Amino acid sequence: MIEARGIVKRFGAFTALDGVSVDVPTGSLTALLGPSGSGKSTLLRVIAGLEKPDAGQVLLDGEDVTSTPTQSRGVGFVFQHYAAFKHMTVWDNVAFGLTVRKRPRSEIKRRVNELLDLVQLGGLAKRYPAQLSGGQRQRMGLARALAVDPKVLLLDEPFGALDARVRKELRIWLRRLHDETHTTTVIVTHDQEEAMDVADRVVVMNAGLIEQTAPPRELYDHPANEFVMSFVGPVNRLGDTFIRPHDVELLLEPNGSTQEAMVQRLVHLGFEVRVELVRDDGETLSAQLTREQVEGLELQHGQIVYVRPTRQTVFTD
Amino acid sequence: MIGKYALRFFSLGYLAVLLVAPVGYVFWRTFEHGVGPAWDAVTTPDALHALKVTLILAAIAVPANTIFGVLCALAIVRHRYPGAGIVNAVVDLPLALSPVVVGLALLLLYGRGGWLAGHGVVFALPGMVLATIFVSLPFVVREVVPVLREIGTEQEQAAATLGASAVQTFVRVTWPAIRYATAYGIVLTTARALGEFGAVSVVSGRLAGETESLTLLVQDRYQSFDITGAYAAAVLLALLSMATLLLMTRLKPKEGTQ
Repeated sequence: MIEARGIVKRFGAFTALDGVSVDVPTGSLTALLGPSGSGKSTLLRVIAGLEKPDAGQVLLDGEDVTSTPTQSRGVGFVFQHYAAFKHMTVWDNVAFGLTVRKRPRSEIKRRVNELLDLVQLGGLAKRYPAQLSGGQRQRMGLARALAVDPKVLLLDEPFGALDARVRKELRIWLRRLHDETHTTTVIVTHDQEEAMDVADRVVVMNAGLIEQTAPPRELYDHPANEFVMSFVGPVNRLGDTFIRPHDVELLLEPNGSTQEAMVQRLVHLGFEVRVELVRDDGETLSAQLTREQVEGLELQHGQIVYVRPTRQTVFTD
Repeated sequence: MIGKYALRFFSLGYLAVLLVAPVGYVFWRTFEHGVGPAWDAVTTPDALHALKVTLILAAIAVPANTIFGVLCALAIVRHRYPGAGIVNAVVDLPLALSPVVVGLALLLLYGRGGWLAGHGVVFALPGMVLATIFVSLPFVVREVVPVLREIGTEQEQAAATLGASAVQTFVRVTWPAIRYATAYGIVLTTARALGEFGAVSVVSGRLAGETESLTLLVQDRYQSFDITGAYAAAVLLALLSMATLLLMTRLKPKEGTQ
């Protein structure tokens, strides 16, 4: 269990965290999601002890660790840019936490081999980080962090420096790893798809504050406010009304509750097609349809269609 | 093509005229009459003593400036405190200041009537050591600072999260990253310590067989028209410097290992 209470952190005139409180239940995989500058990485670094908060408390398993130095907190930390020990082999990188603790050699050997197998780097133990791909380096970073059996595992944009395909592979792999080890894990990301995919709880942050904490599905279906609504997925904004593109229905004939719009552009994204529309009052919106629906409607550029939202959200302040 | 050869011709010509020719001439003049006279000139008691003094100066100044240099580089790069910029600038002072001024400053401070007079510093070995340390101080700092900046703090933070103490982090993470830069700095420090003339000249009192280093011996012999002796001592000095430079090329990391 990680408890952060009223964390304030300022960098000069910039307030990175403005009194943030968050609980991360034991065994959960929680994502801190937000745009850059929202304070999510700072919060993670405060939990790890890499930043000292100006106010507030950090508790790990009920113990106040606010003034405990990083090396005694028992946290595993994975960095966006790997922070690999460049002059050490993969094996020595993973063994580092155990060797500084002066564990017996036989135990180190057993544990490192076990972890290298877990992260599928068994054959590359003698390589140096420079000889690994980005994905392999980050798996090494994870094995290194897990070697010391951390109470909590903290990942700071761990897949941010990787290309899209490797990123997806690794997050599926991370999810499986978590299901096996059940280590309390916090992952920082600015990618809402990544957060929804990997985490069982998502904490949405903005401008040093928490906007909403909820499981992914609830976050998407019941966003607490405009910020969360537009951050966790694409959204059309018409006046005070928010409509998801997949909640826009297109008809060829008007039926009283529809509005006229013109097809401006058809964007084919494989199975899905994004239809960009402009209404007669000049407002633009996009609709997300399947390929079959678009073919059924025989949609064409410049065509007039009739738009009806099947579901819409209005936030009242 | 012509441009490429012109560039080579120009750069090699520049080196030949300004560096190789004078040094080569010294070697030629030294061994003009065979190795015998030169050998005799560098094995006189005064010459041997001067060699010893020079080696002692380097043996004290180099380790002192290495330890200080690494610590100072860490203080400049890794810590934020008011006045860090001033520290950074002060380190360069020995490069900017003429060695003669350094010598005079030491003379005023430790000499008769100075604030710290009467400790046997001036006109003795301690003064020469202080002068040598002063002039050869910036090199390790200047080599290590950019490397520390470049490697950043992430590896050190990673070590901390893995339970390493500050000392363990330095020994196992920071030091391996800066050791080549430190070695390069040591070589430059050594070359400067061996070759220092101005500051040492002022504080030494130039007592032959007592406070005379090799550089001072060269000038002393030259001024007393012992040309062969001066050349021989100069060659000895040059050989010492070349040995350190050679050591440096051996110490440079091979491509790709870092």
